[in-house]
Amino acid sequence: MSPERSNVKFIQGNEAVAQGALYAGLQFYAGYPITPSTEIAEILSRRLPEEGGTFIQMEDEIASLCTIIGASLTGLKVMTATSGPGFSLMQEAIGYAIMTEVPSVIVNVQRGGPSTGLPTSVAQGDVLQARWGTHGDHAIASLTASTLQDVFLMTVEAFNIAETFRTPVILLLDEVVAHMREKVVIPAPGEIEIIERLWTSVPEGTNFHPYLRREDGRLPMSSFGGVHRYNVTGLVHDMWGFPSTDPDIAYDLLHHLVDKLENRADSIARHKEYYVEDADILLISYGSSARSALQLVMDRRKGGERLGLFEMQSLWPFPSKTIRAKCEGRRLVLVVEMNRGQIYHEVKKAVSCPERIFLANRFDGVFISPADILRMLNMIQGKGV
Amino acid sequence: MAVKDYLRQRFFPHIWCPGCGHGIVMSGMIRAVEQMGLKKNEVVLVSGIGCSSRIVGYLDFHTMHTLHGRALAFATGVKLGRSDLTVVAPMGDGDALAIGGNHFIHAARRNIDLTALIMNNRIYGMTGGQGSPMTPLRMRTATAEGGVQTPAFDIVELAKGAGASFVARTTTFHAKELTRIIVKAIRHKGFSVVEVMSQCPLYFGRQNKLGDGVKMMEWYRDGTCTIGSKKKEAQPDLIERGVFVDEDRPPYPNQDVEDTD
Repeated sequence: MSPERSNVKFIQGNEAVAQGALYAGLQFYAGYPITPSTEIAEILSRRLPEEGGTFIQMEDEIASLCTIIGASLTGLKVMTATSGPGFSLMQEAIGYAIMTEVPSVIVNVQRGGPSTGLPTSVAQGDVLQARWGTHGDHAIASLTASTLQDVFLMTVEAFNIAETFRTPVILLLDEVVAHMREKVVIPAPGEIEIIERLWTSVPEGTNFHPYLRREDGRLPMSSFGGVHRYNVTGLVHDMWGFPSTDPDIAYDLLHHLVDKLENRADSIARHKEYYVEDADILLISYGSSARSALQLVMDRRKGGERLGLFEMQSLWPFPSKTIRAKCEGRRLVLVVEMNRGQIYHEVKKAVSCPERIFLANRFDGVFISPADILRMLNMIQGKGV
Repeated sequence: MAVKDYLRQRFFPHIWCPGCGHGIVMSGMIRAVEQMGLKKNEVVLVSGIGCSSRIVGYLDFHTMHTLHGRALAFATGVKLGRSDLTVVAPMGDGDALAIGGNHFIHAARRNIDLTALIMNNRIYGMTGGQGSPMTPLRMRTATAEGGVQTPAFDIVELAKGAGASFVARTTTFHAKELTRIIVKAIRHKGFSVVEVMSQCPLYFGRQNKLGDGVKMMEWYRDGTCTIGSKKKEAQPDLIERGVFVDEDRPPYPNQDVEDTD
């Protein structure tokens, strides 16, 4: 298929997010400027009103996420974008979106941390914050990507998962992916499936239970301003959405909130494989780190070494079964990431051979190179550096 | 419609203590909606956290009980998502002005078409009587047994300074005035702030020996006066009630003001 010339773009990662969001049907964006995610807000401040949507710059990241949750309850597809410190401020409202089951997409373009850290440098240090940043037991969905075509696709997928499961979805990118430029082919309308919200079929005048789940666990919704009036609360609530301290209701709700994602980890899982089949050394990576990992794999394949790459595109729920199966029988597994081993430890937990799992990483604000990974690979194998 | 038709009776009894003023505010809210002839499906209430914020669960509108201090941010999203709906944010004083102070001043600055209904009982009631930004100097709280050492905000002055285009104050003693003011605030196009002085006999009154709910309401009668009242000349300490600001300014997002020079 030869795409129309106008659909072929040479754009920045943050623009690929904006384009993907518009393709998915984004209608409402609220945000606050922060490096290195600001371009998403800048682009959408122009593009979204052209598409009939709404853009608002809020007073902080707390308000940004709260505002999109409010807008989502009126029936709109919503998104906000931020980076490290702003993502920290959003943790409270992420918990609220989880508890109230309001579809929303949150982009975190990771930079060096903790605190203000390295604002213009690359890092992948927010992986576990995306998982556990908000308080209390919960589950979360989080996607990532290493190429801009995939950034576009994963942005669309983030909306689809948010709408399907009525959950916040965290699109966890990094500074390199967000700021590099690459070719992106914008798919024709309909080429990627777009999932719309599941609306209730309960007619006006009949009792509508906003938190009464269908057998498949999905919750049909009624929007604010519609014919059904109901209560939404961050407190433990019953099927009416009214606060409850009943232990049975609390137990059932928490189970549901976790199970709806964790029990479907495999259907939510997104990944790519490169030379995995016969690899005796398997690299596991994600985001921009996966670009260097792939380069190393291809370089070493030329010399006959059997390296392969498993690129994770969904980080949470953690695809434990798939990771366990992929690591089985490998001579060694090397997790490549730009943090102190946040996915490395998850992989070790998931596999039957934790002693064969190793880490190749950088956390100094410098992009990890194929040479960096090779140095660590040689060291692990006792070949010196 | 009768008052009870606006209540979600399934969720009663309510959580408020005997003598609490918040039920009077709820009644004022219902009467205002009824007088305006608004349909229940046209009204959204977005509250934060605290005793006052529980008001939303009891009322049969579209209701959202959100995070401490964040009601106005959530309400902003609802209003921008559905500009045809009437959106009211009932909040407590600590909720609106301590943890939610930033959202409050920015909602006022934007002049977004929302009504902030602040139930000011001068204390954190839900957690048992700690000082709020509305606790007056030297009053006792659970975290300041010798009396608070910092002055309180004046909600009216704060709202004016931040750019709210409608600002009013009343009390739970003045129930009819309360309804009239809520009606005006909802009708107003732009950000409207209504401070309702609402008694907390258990956690504010008791610590400061102010008597029961009735006694505290009598103080609202005797300690306040209408704006510009002659009584104020004789008793300068009286707190004024009424509409302080009512300006006709285009609400967010259509605020391009034409140059008239």
